[in-house]
Amino acid sequence: RARARPRSGPASPALLLPRWPRGAALAAMAFTFAAFCYMLALLLTAALIFFAIWHIIAFDELKTDYKNPIDQCNTLNPTVEKVKKIKRVKIALKLVLPEYLIHAFFCVMFLCAAEWLTLGLNMPLLAYHIWRYMSRPVMSGPGLYDPTTIMNADILAYCQKEGWCKLAFYLLSFFYYLYGMIYVLVSS
Amino acid sequence: MDAKIKAYLMQAAYPVETNYSPVQNQIQFPFGYGLHLENYSASSGHYPQVPHEAVPSQLNNQYVADYHSACYSIPVQSVMTPSVGPSMLNTQQSQQLYSGAPHPVESAGGPTQGAISSASHLHTSVPQSYSALSSHYSSLTSSSVASQGFPLSSGHYAMPTVSSAVYPNLSYPSMSIGSPYGQVFTSQSLPAVGQFEETNAFPGQSSTVPRTLPHQVPLGYNSTSWSTSDFQSAQDNFSRNHTGSQAKASSQINTGIVLCMQYGGYVNNQASSAPAPLSSSSDDEEEDEEDEEAETNSATSSPAPTPQTSRAPKPFGYGYPTLQPGYQNTTPSTSAMQPSNPGHHSGFQQYPQQYPGVNQLSSTLGGLSLQHSQQPESLRPVNLTQDRNILPVSPVLAPVPNLNSDLRKLNCSPDSFRCTLTNIPQTQALLNKAKLPLGLLLHPFRDLTQLPVITSSTIVRCRSCRTYINPFVAFIDQRRWKCNLCYRVNDVPEEFMYNPLTRSYGEPHKRPEVQNSTVEFIASSDYMLRPPQPAVYLFVLDVSYNAVEAGYLTIVCQSLLENLDKLPGDSRTRIGFITFDSTVQFYNLQEGLSQPQMLIVSDIDDVFLPTPDSLLVNLHESKELIKDLLNALPNMFTNTRETHSALGPALQAAFKLMSPTGGRISVFQSQLPSLGAGLLHSREDPNQRSSTKVVQHLGPATDFYKKLALDCSGQQTAVDLFLLSSQYSDLASLACMSKYSAGCIYYYPSFHHSHNPAQSEKLQKDLKRYLTRKIGFEAVMRIRCTKGLSIHTFHGNLFVRSTDLLSLANVNPDAGFAVQMSIEESLTDTSLVCFQTALLYTSSKGERRIRVHTLCLPVVTSLADVYAGADVQAAVCLLANMAVDRSVSSSLSDARDALVNAVVDSLSAYISTASNLQQSTLIAPNSLKLFPLYILALLKQKAFRTGTSTRLDDRIYAMCQIKSQPLVHLMKMIHPNLYRIDRLTNEGTIHVNDRVVPQPPLQKLSAEKLTREGAFLMDCGSIFYIWIGKSCDNSFIKDVLGYPNYASVPQKLTQLPELDTVSSERARSFISWLRDSRPLSPVLQVIKDESPAKTDFFQHLVEDRTEAAFSYYEFLLHIQQQICK
Repeated sequence: RARARPRSGPASPALLLPRWPRGAALAAMAFTFAAFCYMLALLLTAALIFFAIWHIIAFDELKTDYKNPIDQCNTLNPTVEKVKKIKRVKIALKLVLPEYLIHAFFCVMFLCAAEWLTLGLNMPLLAYHIWRYMSRPVMSGPGLYDPTTIMNADILAYCQKEGWCKLAFYLLSFFYYLYGMIYVLVSS
Repeated sequence: MDAKIKAYLMQAAYPVETNYSPVQNQIQFPFGYGLHLENYSASSGHYPQVPHEAVPSQLNNQYVADYHSACYSIPVQSVMTPSVGPSMLNTQQSQQLYSGAPHPVESAGGPTQGAISSASHLHTSVPQSYSALSSHYSSLTSSSVASQGFPLSSGHYAMPTVSSAVYPNLSYPSMSIGSPYGQVFTSQSLPAVGQFEETNAFPGQSSTVPRTLPHQVPLGYNSTSWSTSDFQSAQDNFSRNHTGSQAKASSQINTGIVLCMQYGGYVNNQASSAPAPLSSSSDDEEEDEEDEEAETNSATSSPAPTPQTSRAPKPFGYGYPTLQPGYQNTTPSTSAMQPSNPGHHSGFQQYPQQYPGVNQLSSTLGGLSLQHSQQPESLRPVNLTQDRNILPVSPVLAPVPNLNSDLRKLNCSPDSFRCTLTNIPQTQALLNKAKLPLGLLLHPFRDLTQLPVITSSTIVRCRSCRTYINPFVAFIDQRRWKCNLCYRVNDVPEEFMYNPLTRSYGEPHKRPEVQNSTVEFIASSDYMLRPPQPAVYLFVLDVSYNAVEAGYLTIVCQSLLENLDKLPGDSRTRIGFITFDSTVQFYNLQEGLSQPQMLIVSDIDDVFLPTPDSLLVNLHESKELIKDLLNALPNMFTNTRETHSALGPALQAAFKLMSPTGGRISVFQSQLPSLGAGLLHSREDPNQRSSTKVVQHLGPATDFYKKLALDCSGQQTAVDLFLLSSQYSDLASLACMSKYSAGCIYYYPSFHHSHNPAQSEKLQKDLKRYLTRKIGFEAVMRIRCTKGLSIHTFHGNLFVRSTDLLSLANVNPDAGFAVQMSIEESLTDTSLVCFQTALLYTSSKGERRIRVHTLCLPVVTSLADVYAGADVQAAVCLLANMAVDRSVSSSLSDARDALVNAVVDSLSAYISTASNLQQSTLIAPNSLKLFPLYILALLKQKAFRTGTSTRLDDRIYAMCQIKSQPLVHLMKMIHPNLYRIDRLTNEGTIHVNDRVVPQPPLQKLSAEKLTREGAFLMDCGSIFYIWIGKSCDNSFIKDVLGYPNYASVPQKLTQLPELDTVSSERARSFISWLRDSRPLSPVLQVIKDESPAKTDFFQHLVEDRTEAAFSYYEFLLHIQQQICK
């Protein structure tokens, strides 16, 4: 009975709802873990949103401001070696790889929680991240951005666009996780 | 007029490289400007007298007085011609008022255009007016003309003042002209729509001025000058009325020039939303056309079309609230003068004939309009498939931007600064439609024979965008100038008011900065982050077995010994040496040692400097030790068995050594680095060399060298690479060390000192040039462009530090750069765009200098104009740069496709615009007729060719050259010049330094042009091939090559003997003339028809079919097919 209520409730989001496991016992078990997953994802997504915002700001600065791309790339890449002037840059020193790792992490969590729909929604981004990292320029350390090509207008524009798209995606998924979490909590 | 223009030219071309030592007020002036002194010198302090000073020589007292009065106050003038003069002033002024006033209201409308154009003419006419003898008058005239925006009239008015006697009479006509005209304007001030028409009317009327004097033809000049003086006074007053500051300026300052500036400024002020600082070329075009019409009219003695005259008698002062009461009072008198107008027409006919300059000017201007006049040559459609001989007989020249002649004269030389489109499309959409790349090709540090060097404590720059003042700025008045890139109005600093060239005050527009588009400033300490560095040279030499075997050390040491004294530098110059095999060897050259000390560091994993202080030593103090070392070095390693090469550690050590000062590291490497950091593995599969599919490994294998280069760049150190290797050395990875540190790359494949004399000769010559050429240290280059344009991508050996700033640790005169541009905002409110590169560097003498180039180009709105202005060579070079990037980032086949598509797209876009053309034929505009040929040549270039066996390093080297060579050299690389030299004649010879240089016509790069009876010279930029046919004329072989017959010519011949025959002399003078035109002296290679080296020659015959590539005709058919698809 309790389960029926949310289903009959909002019509359109119902499509987005995770498919519910059959047995009540299973549901009870999944409740804690799935809810935990959503909570975690919620928090991490908040962090990712900040990352995305910073990403956008950094590239915008690069485009408009007169900052040396060597510094910039060092800050965007997780190679921590030089002293950075700007605090914002310092905070997000290890940005690219952590972002990818965080995202991959809660994808795995959703996989474990058998939240197939959520996982499915995240798969494209995961695949994109993998592709992006595979096709990065030749680099000895970890990192994504090459200081010699980053000032190329196409690449700069691409990175900015990427930042905006990711921001939008993370924002949407933030609310989706919120909804998912509440739903899981309520439905159990 | 002609003569005067020439005179002006002479003045403009004042002596060069004038690094004047402070003579007066820290400023100096070159010789040529001394001419002005007589006129100007007095003016510096005492303005009102300036006219007097200038006048007496030509005019009588009365005139002087009048003139003077005219200039300065109305009352005075009215004394002279009591009733009329003021009225004239009035009307003139009203006209000016008019042209100014409406702008705020309808800024984008016709009036603004008129006004802008007037401003433009002001500028255009000013230089012209210099030609006139006592520049004041002429400038006055020009200013007045400018105010009306009529080039034609400007032509007329710019006539110098000569005689004085008839003067008073003449004043009337001029005034009468003024008055009706002013009325015309005033009457139209309210509708303010078809101002062009009205302005059109003006020439007719203005032409009346000289017509008054049929009997006093020579005096006609006088009258005009007079009238202009009136104009000027009018402007004077006007400016007083309107802008207090301006008025002040004008009243204080040498009026002539001030006024023209004022006017321009005024226009600009008013037309704030239409901020074309100089001239709006589109407007110009229209006007020019009108001028042309007027010109023809006058020529055919049908002056002053009726509608114009009918317009004149409108009520005076009508609709002019801003008129001052005094002026209004005088208007009636002008009306009285009006009847005199028609009378003036009679003499009009003589006018143009008398002043051919006028005709010339307006015809050149008239030539600007593309759409309405006859089709320009560059747009003439060429049927590519039918026209077999599209290659011109003489080398292709850069197209001249479609500007008026004065801007053209001022514009930057195409050798230093070229744009792919000399007509900039107005919007990105238009650019996309044209399918042509937009970009710049720069050769900023080129060796110049003429370069004005300016020492000045303040370098005048725009306060917001930091643009350097340049010939294309607009002077609003004497105290302010308007930036031509961001349109900000800036103050002219006090110091700039003084003109060092004329030693006069108040002529900022005549300063060399504003007269030359290429100037060099000596920068103050504001432009230094640290004290200027000394010249520091570090040589890193490979001494492994391979290197010793190749024997390059002898050549390098020998060249260094020879050129040690010629190394650019001052007393602080420092030099050091590092050698490496599997260890790194340092040389202690500290002064006082009896002989050089070798210090060996074998810990290549963590390389350190054994003695940090004495490894880089002062060249002059330790010269003996250095010479000892250079003499000993070639023999020190003769018995080495070490085959490994620890290039990476050696470079790290070099970086450590150089980082405190910065400077230049020259690396000589002979094999694949095999030890320590940065070691590389062979990646080339010889079986893949002629693959048509995928060419791999075009990118670096490791980022070690790139990182090193970036570190070096950060420490102002450039790494130059000399790769002398016989096998694969992974240039793709190694080149990174030079690419990102702004170094240069030399590659000598299969180098061997005895087996390959051509290469060793080339190394010798290259080294000589390399060691002695100019060098700039710790340089940055910024490229600025008019608002709306933005920089997309940079090409060249450089590091991009921010969107428009390049960091160049070293800059050398042989480095070229390319810049891709995009149009971010449409350029609707401007008709001219400017590009400025500023290269800030430390000279080898420890001076901080800024070299500034400014290029000015018109903006066009129609696709046809874009095509008309296409610079095919620049476009091809830019495309080649883009293709290199593409082949590294994507793949070679992608890049090749992109090149072909570039031709297909642009030609199909052109064909679709020219609707009247048959779709079935392949048509190109004349400006682009060589486009397919060049692209085909590019596809057959080593960098991009497929199917032909090409070693990976050769390919990469070709790519590096494409990226870093300036356009002139690159074009020869892409499309060599072929000449037939066995029958050099004296036809069309040119004389250079007392030498007669024959000019044989260019031949198509096709075997069909080669005959067995002939001898051909192919100029590939860095190498000359002389191909000798089997049955070549014996007399040629005897007279030029010095051998009795064909059979006795040796296989390897690299020099032409100096024979005392006419044909030998001709051939040699031709070849040395070709050599002199480039910095790197090319190697000559004589190729007999049956020698194996002939493939080197034949691979450059790009129009021919090869196993793997199209012939030119096939390529055309292919393009046609693609277009029809």
